[in-house]
Amino acid sequence: MLEAHGITIPQRLHDVTAQLHPGRVTAICGPNGAGKSTLLATLAGLAIPASGTVTLTGQLLAELPPENRARRIGYLPQAGEVAWNLSVRTLVGLGRLPHRTGSVENARIVAEVLAALDLEPLADRPLSTLSGGERARTLLARVLATQPQWILADEPLAALDLAHQRNLAHSFRTLARAGRGVVLVVHDLALAMNHADHVIVLDQGKVAAQGKPEDALSEAVIAKVWNLKSRWLGEPGHRALAL
Amino acid sequence: MTRPIRFLLTALILAIPLSLLAGQVWISPFSPPVPNATAILMELRLPRAVLALTLGAGLGAAGAAMQGYLRNPLADPGLFGIAPAAALGAVLSFYTGYAAQGITLPLFALIGAGGAMGLLALIAGRAGGIALFTLAGMMVASLAGALTSLAISLSPNPFALSEIVTWLMGALADRGWAEVRLAAPLTFVGLVVLWRAAPALDALALGEAAARSLGVDPARLLWLMVAAIGLIVGSGVAVAGMIGFVGLMVPHMVRPFTDQRPSSTLLPSALAGALLLLLADCLCRIMPLKGGELRLGISLSLAGAPFFLRLLLKMRREIA
Repeated sequence: MLEAHGITIPQRLHDVTAQLHPGRVTAICGPNGAGKSTLLATLAGLAIPASGTVTLTGQLLAELPPENRARRIGYLPQAGEVAWNLSVRTLVGLGRLPHRTGSVENARIVAEVLAALDLEPLADRPLSTLSGGERARTLLARVLATQPQWILADEPLAALDLAHQRNLAHSFRTLARAGRGVVLVVHDLALAMNHADHVIVLDQGKVAAQGKPEDALSEAVIAKVWNLKSRWLGEPGHRALAL
Repeated sequence: MTRPIRFLLTALILAIPLSLLAGQVWISPFSPPVPNATAILMELRLPRAVLALTLGAGLGAAGAAMQGYLRNPLADPGLFGIAPAAALGAVLSFYTGYAAQGITLPLFALIGAGGAMGLLALIAGRAGGIALFTLAGMMVASLAGALTSLAISLSPNPFALSEIVTWLMGALADRGWAEVRLAAPLTFVGLVVLWRAAPALDALALGEAAARSLGVDPARLLWLMVAAIGLIVGSGVAVAGMIGFVGLMVPHMVRPFTDQRPSSTLLPSALAGALLLLLADCLCRIMPLKGGELRLGISLSLAGAPFFLRLLLKMRREIA
């Protein structure tokens, strides 16, 4: 379990406590500036809280050696910047950096990940020739190549068209069903409602609500946090938000 | 062994004997014997070739590492300000008249390089990010450049002035085994440090946050880079003066033949840098020039400036 206990980062997060379970997709939602990315970075061990702790299966995250932490928590930042025009295979291979396995083993795992995300036909293409959706899948594949227990992704579905959003959301659910913990920062509340098992709503650095999507993203919570009158339409798993 | 590395090794194997034979006096195995040929080869040309290979390899790899570290294809090992600071140290040895005493000139240059590294540490500190460090390096370069100009303008006599200006142009002429003994171990240690930093440079291609999530310690990487660049550039300036553009040009020449990861450009850049400096030095030796030979620093700048301009134009086209 990945746990945040009373995390405070001045002017960003205030006394945030949350328990994240493997086997679930957890969505972190909230308005702009609510502290979603800061919470995700803190859970990944990349931001140091002024007070409070983050623990991974009972161990303090801050005390884990960086390579050990990197093998267990995969982090996909919001800006999918890549400095060089690497091929898809080379980029995905960077995910093996925290491991000290040999090149044969690394190549085998990279091939498996490429196959799992339908990236094999693109394996030797340079990044500059990929579409937005292909690029997003490639960046996720880089995280999966590390074979982490936890996958933390900051707005991985942003800037994707509907079909790619749906496919990638499905990939995250499949990963969670396979026993991994998946934590996503999501702006689209309908995506969080339909694809997450657990939702944390942040407002001005504090937890405004958390729990099952239908509770944490209730119309009352949306009215309070986003200051919007809204109504959920449709059946569970296929909800749409009417404003 | 990849194809570019095989190609570069073959080219070096061909170029090294050629560089030993080429010069104002050509030594050909098929021509009548040249007087003092052994002394020319062993005491003049061989140490000069070894020095060209050493400095070229160091500068090439340092350029590839700097471009990887700053994630910028226009980066150059000079950006940390270590080369101008080493040059300032050397200039002060001329200014004070200590340069004539054997090892003092390179020692002053190394002290200058060490001073720049210390100043960078003071300014950027442990938590300093890449941008702050680069700006600190530019400040050090600017300060060292200003102090060098001051030393030149206050030069005690015309002889010292001429020595300083000539030395700043960078050259391998008249260098011997003493310079090789000084530069080779320091450059080798610098290359080993770069090799250790290579996986972290690869991770940095994904941005600083993703690199940290892959286990990279940014403070450790920064100090590995400063140490490596300090050793390579500091020792290079100490024995040969200012030699620019190698670290900028060479990684661009080899990158298209690699998978583009910074780690995979390090070795080809080192080999190509060695080859470039060896050939450039040969060219300087054989080019007829009134009053001596063409300075290596000048010849590389003459080749490097148009290369840099071409690079800028290419980048402008890609952005447009």
